[in-house]
Amino acid sequence: MKAFFLPSIKLTIILIVLLAGIYPLAIAGIGKFTPGNGDGETVTYKGRVVGFANIGQKFTKDKYFSSRPSAANYQADASAGTNKGPSNPDYLKTVSAAIDTFLKHNPTVTRSQIPAELVTSSGSGLDPDLSPAGAQIQVARIAKVRNISADKINSLIAANTEKPLLGLFGPAKVNVLKLNVALDELK
Amino acid sequence: MNTEYIGIIFMYLATVALAIPLGKYIAKVFKGEHTWLDFMAPVERFIFKIAGIDPNREMNWKQHLKALLTINVIWLFYAFFCLLFQSHLPLNPDGNPSQSPDLAFNTALSFVTNTNLQDYSGESLATYFTQHFVFMFLHFVSAATGLAAMMVVFKAMKDKITDKLGNFWDFFLKSITRVLLPISFVVAVILAFNGTPTSYKGKAVVIGLQGDTVHVSRGPVAAMVAIKQVGSNGGGWFGVNSAHPLENPNYLTNIVEDISIILIPIALVFALGYYLNKRKLAWVVFGVMTIGFLAMLYPSVNAEVGGNPAIAHMGISQPGGSMEGKEVRFGAAASAFWGITTTVTSNGSVNSMHDSMMPVSGMAQMFDMMINAFYGGVGVGFLNFYIFIIIAVFISGLMVGRTPEFMGRKIEAREMKIASLIALLHPFVILVGTAISTYVLVHFANAAWATKPSAWLNNPGFHGFSEMLYQYASSAANNGSGYAGLTANNIFWNVSTGLVIFISRFLPIIGPVAIAGILANKKFVPESAGTLKTDTGTFGVMVLAVIVIVAALSFFPALTLGPIAEHFSIK
Repeated sequence: MKAFFLPSIKLTIILIVLLAGIYPLAIAGIGKFTPGNGDGETVTYKGRVVGFANIGQKFTKDKYFSSRPSAANYQADASAGTNKGPSNPDYLKTVSAAIDTFLKHNPTVTRSQIPAELVTSSGSGLDPDLSPAGAQIQVARIAKVRNISADKINSLIAANTEKPLLGLFGPAKVNVLKLNVALDELK
Repeated sequence: MNTEYIGIIFMYLATVALAIPLGKYIAKVFKGEHTWLDFMAPVERFIFKIAGIDPNREMNWKQHLKALLTINVIWLFYAFFCLLFQSHLPLNPDGNPSQSPDLAFNTALSFVTNTNLQDYSGESLATYFTQHFVFMFLHFVSAATGLAAMMVVFKAMKDKITDKLGNFWDFFLKSITRVLLPISFVVAVILAFNGTPTSYKGKAVVIGLQGDTVHVSRGPVAAMVAIKQVGSNGGGWFGVNSAHPLENPNYLTNIVEDISIILIPIALVFALGYYLNKRKLAWVVFGVMTIGFLAMLYPSVNAEVGGNPAIAHMGISQPGGSMEGKEVRFGAAASAFWGITTTVTSNGSVNSMHDSMMPVSGMAQMFDMMINAFYGGVGVGFLNFYIFIIIAVFISGLMVGRTPEFMGRKIEAREMKIASLIALLHPFVILVGTAISTYVLVHFANAAWATKPSAWLNNPGFHGFSEMLYQYASSAANNGSGYAGLTANNIFWNVSTGLVIFISRFLPIIGPVAIAGILANKKFVPESAGTLKTDTGTFGVMVLAVIVIVAALSFFPALTLGPIAEHFSIK
């Protein structure tokens, strides 16, 4: 073992410099030229930074599109999922309660129209998106609170919908924060 | 939904399309032939010069193992002490505390062994220093350790009667400079341009649109995420791993990260074919692995896309499938696909919470880790498969009355003893671990520990049992994914899984290297009419049968108590 000890230590030190020093610094240098300059892309409203494009936010007011339920309560320094199993009786009760709450806030919606993502929590607790259906189902409520036509809001959703990658891969989605900013900008 | 299916089919086909040329390239690198990355040669020479290593000195299998174990022990101490004192070290803009001794023990073992079970959450119990100088460093070197060990076995299979099996440091360093670092670099740049942070700034404070104050954890994430995917490590920057929207911002990054999980493991199978000049054997191995992979993938995708029947009963619609624990930007199909790719290899990163997946998926994922050789981790996946090959050769030799030979060497009692021991070690540690934890849970539920056993589980019933079984399967497979509901940051889990991780890393490396080394020293018997052919479909079926009999049957009873029972209980 002795013959291997010193070379091991030296090799370790050199590789720490290369792999934990030089490599990430090079990536950080390249990151300066990316959108957001490597600090994370932000969203602004009226000249004020109101959040990060990729980090979901909590929206409790009826005039905004609400995001998905979150085990982290959208605290972006403590990401978490519920980790509840699909057969857990307590978990199923919370889903059932979330359905009731949603129906109370959206009285024109029927139960069978609610997409599951609106009553289940995401993996990160910071999911920034909804499916287009998850946004459309909230239109009637928002139209009523804001006193604007449903058509206007629907076209806003259409404008903010990101299609599958190259039109081929993965689901379509709507960024809730960007959508709500667009909503506020309507007036 | 169709675009979701097209997405995962694309991911698989793209991976295989990239893996074939990559395998050819890796074989060239280790044969010492010219490649376009030869400009790294001066860097390698420089490193060897400073370290005082002669990369041309041939080693036998025992010297290889000594070198491997020595440097791994050094990393273990280095990692342990860094974690124990991380709050006093630089690069800690968020002021995070040091890890407790039992957590540091578990984390150090976990990262040195390429497992990356994370009983901590990156946002709160790691610093930028430990993320890079401990975790990311270990991501590279632990993957390179696996590759180097595999190369010893490759070399032993190639040459006729020899004690000279190449140089460990040479295999090890080239794995980094020629394979892991270049691929990681490309992946990291793609991630950076898609929104994964790269800067060293601490948390951001933002007042949201609705007026709430939000603290956003970030950091130099992209560089680390790249190698954690490429090196089948899996230990991510954030607590929720690649489900986090900064660690995996969109469907494109998801494609890149998921391909990175299985790219090298598949490429190594082809590398075997090119290296030994036995391409048919490589296709047989690839075929067996792919059958196993698809057999697990299909039911899992089906279950997740189909949704949770218990939620369907509430009368709402599940157009996107079961969405608990999943992200909208990936969808159910890509989440299930990731769940299988990350468990067949020993990666263990996640893009959705496995704890919330349907029991069929849970069973498939656990089964993947119990086999641990359908593609498998970087380097070590093939080592595990090698054990199954040795057993299959021996059994089929006995069945047809021919001398069991593999690659022109007789397989005898000594090699079979080692192979059987390694094959049985895996079920042994998983099942005994689960049995002990279940016993403690039942009989000492309210013991006065910092975390009472009654508080371990996040779910009752069958699913709770699955949480424990999954944890040991993941530890023993050096996978590192978890049913994250389990409260694992306490002495019982930190220590018990730490020990399982350690045993299950080094014995399954030592075993195959020893077998290959012993075989390489034996007389070479040229192929004759009496030789059992190993590069045929029949032999592939035989290997698959051995895997099913040895591995699957030992785990079936435990799976019945967990995911299978849960599946039939959901109405």
